[in-house]
Amino acid sequence: MNKTKGTIIGVNGNMISVKFEGNIIQNEVGYAITGDDRLKSEVVKINGNIAYMQVFEITKGLRVGDAVEFSGEMLSAQLGPGILGMVYDGLQNPLNELAEMHGFFLKRGVILDALDFNKEWEFTPVAKKGDIVQAAGVLGHVPEGIFEHKIFVPFNLQGDYRITSIVGKGKYKVTDTIATIENDRGEKQDLTMYFEWPVKLPIEFYREKLVPREPLVTQTRIIDTFFPVAKGGTYCIPGPFGAGKTVLQQVTSRFAEADIVIIAACGERAGEVVETLREFPEITDPRTGKPLMERTIIICNTSSMPVAAREASVYTAATLGEYYRQMGMNVLLLADSTSRWAQAMRELSGRLEEIPGEEAFPAYLESRIAQFYERAGLVEFENGSYGSLTIGGTVSPAGGNFEEPVTQSTLKVVGAFHGLSRERSNARRYPAIHPLDSWSKYESIIDNKQVDYAREVLRKGNDVHQMMLVVGEEGTSIEDFVIYLKSEFLDNVYLQQNSFDSVDGATSPERQKYVFSYVYNVLTNRFNLKEKDEARNFFNKLRQLFIDWNYIDMKDDEFKKQEAKITQLIEEYSDNAEGV
Amino acid sequence: MQKVYNKILSVTGNVITVRAEGIAYEELAEITTSRGKSLAQVIKLDRDIVSLQVFAGSQGISTNDEVRFLGNPMRVTFSDDMIGRIFNGSGLPRDKGPSLMENLIEIAGPSVNPAKRIIPRNMIRTNIPMIDVFNSLVVSQKLPIFSVSGEPYNELLARIALQAEVDMIILGGIGLKYDQYMYFKNTLEEGGALSHSIFFIHTASDPIVEGLMVPDLCLAVAEKFALKGKNVLVLLTDMTNFADALKEIAITMEQVPSNRGYPGDLYSQLAARYEKAVDFDDAGSVTILAATTMPGDDVTHPVPDNTGYITEGQFYLRNGRIEPFGSLSRLKQQVNDKTRDDHRAIMDGLIQLYAQYNETEEKRAMGFRMSEWDKKLLKYGKLFEANMMDLSVNISLEDALDKGWEILAECFTPEETRMKTDLIKKFWPKEK
Repeated sequence: MNKTKGTIIGVNGNMISVKFEGNIIQNEVGYAITGDDRLKSEVVKINGNIAYMQVFEITKGLRVGDAVEFSGEMLSAQLGPGILGMVYDGLQNPLNELAEMHGFFLKRGVILDALDFNKEWEFTPVAKKGDIVQAAGVLGHVPEGIFEHKIFVPFNLQGDYRITSIVGKGKYKVTDTIATIENDRGEKQDLTMYFEWPVKLPIEFYREKLVPREPLVTQTRIIDTFFPVAKGGTYCIPGPFGAGKTVLQQVTSRFAEADIVIIAACGERAGEVVETLREFPEITDPRTGKPLMERTIIICNTSSMPVAAREASVYTAATLGEYYRQMGMNVLLLADSTSRWAQAMRELSGRLEEIPGEEAFPAYLESRIAQFYERAGLVEFENGSYGSLTIGGTVSPAGGNFEEPVTQSTLKVVGAFHGLSRERSNARRYPAIHPLDSWSKYESIIDNKQVDYAREVLRKGNDVHQMMLVVGEEGTSIEDFVIYLKSEFLDNVYLQQNSFDSVDGATSPERQKYVFSYVYNVLTNRFNLKEKDEARNFFNKLRQLFIDWNYIDMKDDEFKKQEAKITQLIEEYSDNAEGV
Repeated sequence: MQKVYNKILSVTGNVITVRAEGIAYEELAEITTSRGKSLAQVIKLDRDIVSLQVFAGSQGISTNDEVRFLGNPMRVTFSDDMIGRIFNGSGLPRDKGPSLMENLIEIAGPSVNPAKRIIPRNMIRTNIPMIDVFNSLVVSQKLPIFSVSGEPYNELLARIALQAEVDMIILGGIGLKYDQYMYFKNTLEEGGALSHSIFFIHTASDPIVEGLMVPDLCLAVAEKFALKGKNVLVLLTDMTNFADALKEIAITMEQVPSNRGYPGDLYSQLAARYEKAVDFDDAGSVTILAATTMPGDDVTHPVPDNTGYITEGQFYLRNGRIEPFGSLSRLKQQVNDKTRDDHRAIMDGLIQLYAQYNETEEKRAMGFRMSEWDKKLLKYGKLFEANMMDLSVNISLEDALDKGWEILAECFTPEETRMKTDLIKKFWPKEK
């Protein structure tokens, strides 16, 4: 195929305009050639014989007249075994391998294969010679860590093909031909264990997309009990800087009960990714006994890396997520932060001189955000099995004000909203998810009525608190005062959680159910309390016992002992039906 | 071959355009006007129309002035001879010393591969208790000092420069007032720190565009010294002026502003600079402290807001003191468990009590009756402010921790402090 060529006629920041002859595709990849460097770029707008391209590298030194080679392919991800445990940049360049080759700095114009082409994989065929296959049909599988990695017929294959040959069980490299297929017209194709797929197109080889129904347990109490996330659902975490977005994402990436976690560090601090990079290989996943890194993929396009690649990084992450979902797995994609991605769109839109929308974001911001979150979903495949991709994105609203385009557009499309509040983080109430402002449309692991009751206590407690600020404690009735204390108790012992503690950091659903029943009991119980000081002392004591309880392993003998102390204290104060 | 043009097509703000061919993006040019020579940088190429931002400003530029393209992007000299020298925003000597032209390095180089970064592990001691005890500064950290104009943020930076345990100081002044520049110079000279310092100074009277280069110059030089094993502390003052210069150019180039006139890429522009902070494994490091004035004391203003999302914490300077609330070093956890057993306990304990003091102080101001406990808190608050918060306090971390215990013992009984029993046994001051 003759590849289209062009020449640069303009450079403005990371955007170049290119005069070309021949045909090109929207979102096609091209390479701007300057000296020895080939700078990867993507077509974002075509007008007559001029293409506008965003360059994924620093454009310093480009000249008018420099050549551009078009590739004929859209921006794509390499899909095949060996992605798990990898650290990629936004364009799926493996960062560890880049570091080995080029040291401390990200050298411009270096592009490496995402997969290790030298590694051999133990392939077990499941398809046979003579089988008719289509795109996303399964040829066989290889073991990848603890998972069975399915080897698919490439997703971009059109129509029916017959397998004319397939290799037997054995060790192969991803580039080895493992099967040959042929269609009715006699067109033959050799298949390997990997193929490429355009990152901006969703992978939709399933029978049906279903409504999310099962909770995705994060082991963070306030989320699982009050604002749950569902397998195949979407959620967002907006919050001002310093409210703990990233810590919350890190905790979730560690403890969430998903098969695979993809962390897309999009335009945030490099230092934060480093912690994950260094620590995950050391941490053992309690559910599998293997290093956490083996179930993790990191897409890392931090704030100082080129902006256009930041825009691509969330799509790369979503594509990898969909690919593993196709194998029947539950995948969790954590994007931190979608605001940086939106800003990358804004920068590009500005350079394209598009008419700006609110706060100079492009008019299509909302639909792009919607399209991104729509890539999540619980799906049923043709063979009746299921897979899910859950997407959780943080949002970094300017000035911490949620009335801004990115937060608002995101809220329209997600299934749960975990709003972080400056007030709560200043008061060191972590996780700083605001219990009155946040919401979730998904099913909790705990009975809805009980959760609603608890929520009502929080609301009333807040009302009483507001009132007390005006009239003081003296002007508050003991009944109201106890409601306030109950809401504070719920907040202190259940909503707040110490993510740095090995026990309290992760609360299993069983434990949440167990402990919540106690909390619920305290909230509904009437206590024999006459004086405010007495009430305060009682709740202080109870709180201390409960917090200590939170730090004790459920399997530990102490757990029951502490439970007995709590029961005793509650009973001591509940022998009077006249209580409050 | 250098290309010379002498037909300037347009002059808008500090941006000029010329018709030229074969020019590279971000290439430098030299413009000779009746006022002298100035550097300019290519900021846009559109067919044969080249837009340049003129560092010295466009005042007095004639349409037939000579524009000579230099064929290279902005570079800066790098050598040990730079130490102790003062340069301007174009990287030329500002002192009377000889100009340095050898070993030129490009500025604004590629970013560090995240896979090569390491978890920060070393503390930088400053002998300022509000930093060392409560929000420790860590090697490779990037921290802004948020304050309103008029606060002594430059004095604070100068003190840190004098006292911080680092190999080198690089000071970048952006829109620095002349007297502040002289203050830095004199203070560091008197303190003997000038011998391991390099200044890149753009003063308020210099053309605003020239200030745009200062952070890149400082950080490019710092990075090179770090690769040679030096631990470098970069002080930038004031980054709000840098952002304002960006704004001015963006508006001149008719870019759509995003928020209060600032360009949509403000975040990326700031991040590109702050992310230069790094700790190289087996080599040196770059740590950045940057004064960021908050117009109208508004932390939601685009400059401090975007900065806060980029940096690893912030110091709030208010009423001449580093505020204990709001100030945060996100990296302190990495180091303050390795200093002394009581460091974290003192850090948390003193702040909690100080928070209670603030509540009591409010109650007192509203005329409520003071209980015994309230009186203790009031005494504590005064002592804490005088012995810890006051910026003139200049003691080592260990002395500051001891001082903390002394203050506690002077105001409270051991139980009232809610400190762990084993720490009290070890550190509570003995009766004299």
